[in-house]
Amino acid sequence: MATVSPPLGSSPRAPRGRAGRAGGGAPSEEGRGRDGLWPVLFVGPLLLGVAVFYFWPILQTAFYSLTDWGAFGGWTFAGIQNYLELFADPALYLSLGNTLLYTAIVLLGIPLAVYLASLLNLPGLRFAALYRVLFFLPYVAMPTAVAMVWRVIFNGDFGLLNYGLGLVGIEGPYWISTPGAALVAVAIVGLWSSLGFSMIVLAAGLKNIPPELYEAAELDGATRWRQFRSVTVPLLTPSIFFVTIVTVISSFQLFDLLYAILGSSNPVLPRSMSLVYFFYREGFVSNDKGYAAAIAMFVFLIIGLVTALQFRLQKRWVQA
Amino acid sequence: MTSTSPFARTRRALVATAATAAFAVILSGCSGGNAGGGSSEYSAPEEDLSAKITYGLWDQNQVPAIEENIEAFNEIYPNIEVNVNVTPYGEYWTKLQTQASSDTLPDVFWMNGPNIGLYGSNGQLEPITGAVDAGDLDLANYPEALVDLYNVDDVQYGVPKDFDTIAIWANRALFEQAGVALPEGDWTWEEFQSTASAISDALGGQGIYGAAGGMDGQTTYYNTIFQAGGAVIDDGTSAYDTPEAQAGIQFWTDLIASGASPTIQQLTDTTGDQWFTSGKAAMYWGGSWFRSALTDTELAADVTVLPLPEGEQKASVIHGVSNVVSAASKNKQAAQAFQVFLASEEAQQMQGDAGAIIPAFDGTQGAFTESLPDANLQVFLDALEYSQPLPVSSNSAAWNAFETELLPQAFSGERPVDEVTAELAEQMNAALAEE
Repeated sequence: MATVSPPLGSSPRAPRGRAGRAGGGAPSEEGRGRDGLWPVLFVGPLLLGVAVFYFWPILQTAFYSLTDWGAFGGWTFAGIQNYLELFADPALYLSLGNTLLYTAIVLLGIPLAVYLASLLNLPGLRFAALYRVLFFLPYVAMPTAVAMVWRVIFNGDFGLLNYGLGLVGIEGPYWISTPGAALVAVAIVGLWSSLGFSMIVLAAGLKNIPPELYEAAELDGATRWRQFRSVTVPLLTPSIFFVTIVTVISSFQLFDLLYAILGSSNPVLPRSMSLVYFFYREGFVSNDKGYAAAIAMFVFLIIGLVTALQFRLQKRWVQA
Repeated sequence: MTSTSPFARTRRALVATAATAAFAVILSGCSGGNAGGGSSEYSAPEEDLSAKITYGLWDQNQVPAIEENIEAFNEIYPNIEVNVNVTPYGEYWTKLQTQASSDTLPDVFWMNGPNIGLYGSNGQLEPITGAVDAGDLDLANYPEALVDLYNVDDVQYGVPKDFDTIAIWANRALFEQAGVALPEGDWTWEEFQSTASAISDALGGQGIYGAAGGMDGQTTYYNTIFQAGGAVIDDGTSAYDTPEAQAGIQFWTDLIASGASPTIQQLTDTTGDQWFTSGKAAMYWGGSWFRSALTDTELAADVTVLPLPEGEQKASVIHGVSNVVSAASKNKQAAQAFQVFLASEEAQQMQGDAGAIIPAFDGTQGAFTESLPDANLQVFLDALEYSQPLPVSSNSAAWNAFETELLPQAFSGERPVDEVTAELAEQMNAALAEE
């Protein structure tokens, strides 16, 4: 998938491959030998970590999804029983629907992030660094801390949001205790807190757009908006694609914001739960870990599926 | 790439925890599942026994009193080193499950009612019968309802450490402001309802309510169910579909419908104790543990405690933490000695003097009532007489989740009480049958 240009870290000036050594003659045999060993040494520890903490647990989870798990680890083989139960469980479709709704709302943040990033990239913008910090702050803040603040903002009786709405004559709902509104409220926070990350990635993509293009566009009489539409957005599509992939994956893993904003004893939680919350409930509240493992596998597969689908669709809209 | 996302982190942590637990089980050769036996080896250790043990608990506020306990314990056993391990309540049970699955439970740790069944019936805990037979523990010193709570299949696993009962925390200033007299002595459901309504009527304009309920069974609807003469679990099946339990639920539906209490939605956004501490509710059904929330507040001077109103009978839910010893402890003798010491009158008196909790040992509770002399905290101790244990089963969390989901639909008037409780009983019975 070479069409994704490196959005972070690598600037066009960085030497690529062996280009930096051009003219220095062909590398010696010895050099090649060292090159063969060094990468392994550097990547080895990371690979080991990935194997132990990612691949092994995935295999474990896959195995335990086929078992009936006793209270503290005693298990019996159950075949595909957990999966049969899972696909007959209305909670699965409910939580899948909620997760998709959440993902859709958070994705609305990407056009916004593109627009804001291009504004921040305007030459001569004062306090640009300050704005960048402000937009990025929510992303680095602890999700639980973010959730606690928003919980207060969303409070139906004493919250800032409803107070503000009241000033313009709108009576706000009890955001986090009304079934439909609760998930939207969580998604608004999700959108808000992922904006900073998207903008940083997109800003890096913007730096890669040659200024000559804008100069040429201006000579042709293109307005700012026209430049944005015809130069910025098309050339930014690789970064937009990357941000979309990451946002979709993290949205499918919604748990902490939901749990912390709604609170574990919220009566609307069962109707507003996400896939990962469903996993948590079965695994750690009802203590049915075999079933929870099946849910985890489902989430794993569906994220893989959606990501593969996006890679397939990218050919239609991402500029190479 | 995704590891940069905070959402990803939590899920990974969860999956990793589950998987690590799984891994540990394989290593330990599927050690779980041995059923708890009735006998227990116990002998008081020699004073020069040398060991290192850990003590797992969830309340940082109680650590100072516990350190005092450990100091006194070390005067007898100077060579037993006790390490206190505090895990916040929110993560305590998740962590404990993982520890139990990998045979790495703390040697001594706190246990509560909703979880005792799970750990007791799965052979994770060391029975205390040995210490009782040896005469080092006398269960007659502790409230009977609590002792019973930690008895699983006729085997006693825990020694009560403290207890809590439920009563009404009242704001005298709001009663005065509303011109409503404070009730004296016992009162009925009707009197409670009319008092709460009178305050709401008088002060509603300022956003003040007469009473704040809540969705927590222990402090609210379990009490009214017991007061109506009903039960939550009866002989291993749900009793929610009985007229008594329905009357206990109806109590809260009526209270909310009359405007005497904030609605369920309001109580979700702002919990009952928050309504009370911010001076927006005159009465709050709460546990004795709420005492520590009043420390150094302006409100403390206006607070008094009223007994719960009486339905068909008096009732108040009692619950308490107990100290248990892990069956897999490698220093079991030292752990049991520490468990026995924590249950002693001496150690319990120190806990009581610290004021945060009501110690379980009879006669050590005076310090608690004196910690707020004008608030009549004695009500909580009097409630012992008519208290009933918190309803629990082997896997309480499973059906507690159904209560949280369904009962609010009755409290809000969205669906009739009998319909909701019938559905709840059905779901709860399915969960109980799986235990």
